[in-house]
Amino acid sequence: MHVVMHSHFDLFGLAPAFSIEGEALERSYREIQSKVHPDRFAHAGDAERRASLQWTTRVNEAFQVLKNPVKRAKHLLELHGVDVAFETNTAMPSDFLMQQMELREALEEAKNAAALDALRTNLVTEKRAMEKAIAEAIDGRKDYAGAAGLVRKLQFLDRLDEEIDAAYEEIE
Amino acid sequence: MALLQIAEPGMSPEPHQHRLAVGIDLGTTNSLVATVRSGVPAVLPDAQGRPLLPSIVRYVDAEKVEVGYAAQARQSDDPKNTIVSVKRFMGRGVKDAAHLENAPYDFVDAPGMLQIRTAAGVKSPVEVSAEILKVLRMRAELSLQGNISGAVITVPAYFDDAQRQATKDAGRIAGLNVLRLLNEPTAAAIAYGLENAAEGIYAVYDLGGGTFDISILKLSKGVFEVIATSGDSMLGGDDFDQRVFCWAVEQARLPPLEPRDMRRLLVKAREAKEHLTVHGEAPITVKLSTGEVVDVSLDTETFCSITQTLVQKTLGPVRRALRDAGLRVEDVKGVVMVGGATRMPQIQRAVGEFFRRDPLNNLDPDKVVALGAAMQANVLAGNKPQGEDWLLLDVIPLSLGLETMGGLTEKIIPRNTTIPAARAQEFTTFKDGQTGMGIHVVQGERELVSDCRSLARFELKGIPPMAAGAARIRVGFQVDADGLLSVTATEKTTGVEASITVKPSYGLADADVERMLRDSFEHAREDMHSRALAEQRVDGTRLIEATRSALAADESLLSSEERKSIEAAIASLEKLLKGTDHRPIKKAVEALNHATEDFAARRMDAGIKRALSGKKIGSL
Repeated sequence: MHVVMHSHFDLFGLAPAFSIEGEALERSYREIQSKVHPDRFAHAGDAERRASLQWTTRVNEAFQVLKNPVKRAKHLLELHGVDVAFETNTAMPSDFLMQQMELREALEEAKNAAALDALRTNLVTEKRAMEKAIAEAIDGRKDYAGAAGLVRKLQFLDRLDEEIDAAYEEIE
Repeated sequence: MALLQIAEPGMSPEPHQHRLAVGIDLGTTNSLVATVRSGVPAVLPDAQGRPLLPSIVRYVDAEKVEVGYAAQARQSDDPKNTIVSVKRFMGRGVKDAAHLENAPYDFVDAPGMLQIRTAAGVKSPVEVSAEILKVLRMRAELSLQGNISGAVITVPAYFDDAQRQATKDAGRIAGLNVLRLLNEPTAAAIAYGLENAAEGIYAVYDLGGGTFDISILKLSKGVFEVIATSGDSMLGGDDFDQRVFCWAVEQARLPPLEPRDMRRLLVKAREAKEHLTVHGEAPITVKLSTGEVVDVSLDTETFCSITQTLVQKTLGPVRRALRDAGLRVEDVKGVVMVGGATRMPQIQRAVGEFFRRDPLNNLDPDKVVALGAAMQANVLAGNKPQGEDWLLLDVIPLSLGLETMGGLTEKIIPRNTTIPAARAQEFTTFKDGQTGMGIHVVQGERELVSDCRSLARFELKGIPPMAAGAARIRVGFQVDADGLLSVTATEKTTGVEASITVKPSYGLADADVERMLRDSFEHAREDMHSRALAEQRVDGTRLIEATRSALAADESLLSSEERKSIEAAIASLEKLLKGTDHRPIKKAVEALNHATEDFAARRMDAGIKRALSGKKIGSL
């Protein structure tokens, strides 16, 4: 690949910010895909098919990152030289941890779809609030170190979301 | 070669000739071939005007093979040599295929995929499927009067890597250039979406003879985007037949049946199921080889109650797909019904109740997949001008991962990731001086490796001896546009790269495919050499044409040196095309491909820059 692009935002021609316009991202994604997708090169020679596969893979990966708030924030912070350190930094404020433990207990007791639905609705509200706080920290105050802590919290909430999915499968 | 497709609109080179491309629905029960003629997709019937080809293959003796209706007519007399529903065995071992006890075949357990002993020797499901594909290829060539340049073959969305690879191999053995494996519900969505100019979120509920798929798609102008897919590759109309079969055995208090009687009763069970779609009651009458006559009658109510668990079983994956898509029932604008088994009224009812809307039945559920595949084949062949074509974005149905310590699965690429996709993960050694590392690739959602499907095992050797935990082994997964996986492992710390690329091994080695290809051509008394020559000439001519128009459009991307070397490669290929040996042509095609490698990458980059131009690039 010869085009040097520093960030996934560059690839899609977007300004690097946590708040992005979903539609602009999708439009740009589709425009690029329509140029590079393997379906455009099904009859092509090996060289072009390989280039197409590499590009599409990269575009898909970048799209995944930008679509997902946790991954998008992590990518942005890395561009600003801040490591979110999901693996090594697991320290959380105790009130947040307490609240998470309560939520997980509630999840264990939720034995039907209605109870899980209620948990999910709450979680969605909480995630939205966290995303708003991250946007204020990154786009507004440029407080990247502070944002990292919020991103770790959002990651926690995402995990809980996955656990709710697993609980749905269990009751079905 | 489609270098020309990234040319600017209005700058596209001269129109090229129309390529013959077909879509094939290789079904459990029936198969079809379709093509787009004068812009209209149509199923190609056989000489008797029948659109369907029953997916039944009978090995009469070492020489003779019957496929379709002829084989179907003899299935009860010659059950051991007449293979029905072979799709159920694709990419499966003896222990993971369902209902083997009720199948009258002589199975041979082989590593990776089971085989069947027949009058023509031991056959792999891949070879049996290739017989079906060959008949469809010949049907298409006869009807279109020319060689098929490429085919799209459909597979259930929920097929795993082994089943996909097996299907692609079958295509190659049948002498087809497989342009793409396409998921059946996605094919149906193309046919439905284009026909009805549909926009929004749609679900495709596809219950075939042996497989069940549910896909949730976002349809918008020019783009078909699969958001989530789920299903059960061991659930289909056949299971409803089995339920009726078991019910009849119980009702008539029959002892264990011999293969011929088993087949007869199964045929009657299927007829009863179909009869109940429009009638309230169906008779099941069979004269067994013992002289005993089975005569029972099945009513709708009983049929619904003995199959209720099967109907319910399809709703689990439906819920999961919606959840994975992050959508609710009310977000779905329409439910497209696909597969002959969706004709059963209890299925229609259950789906209608679940989605709280009437399912869409305005396309023939037997043909819609083949029609969609033909439309996609037409696009892949480059027969549609840019602007009138569309983009298809599909996903992998099952997570891909590796075995880690303690027999646990580490997911590398999660299910419902848009393909093509690549991910890598780093691992390390756990013993001092360890020089090798076993890598076990699995597919599935479960935490224990033993509950997932094993795709491939290989060992990375030549790791320089060092302390435990010091080596850095990078395992990379790449999934292509067919949903097929390849894996690489590299040791990086010392700068010495020990690398190995594996294609999952359950299917057939390339050498096996070559052998089957040879056998099949000898059997058909076709001249393999002249066919290969013709194919290489077409390939070579096409490559020269495309390279020349690329040079004309983007010459500025090359230095004069580079241009000269590409032109030299064209000249030498051109000279060889006049010869009668296909091997040097193949070499020259490879050489030209190699010579244009950098050029292709630069053109691709230029295409992306053009796509982005006019947009504000945010400053960093």
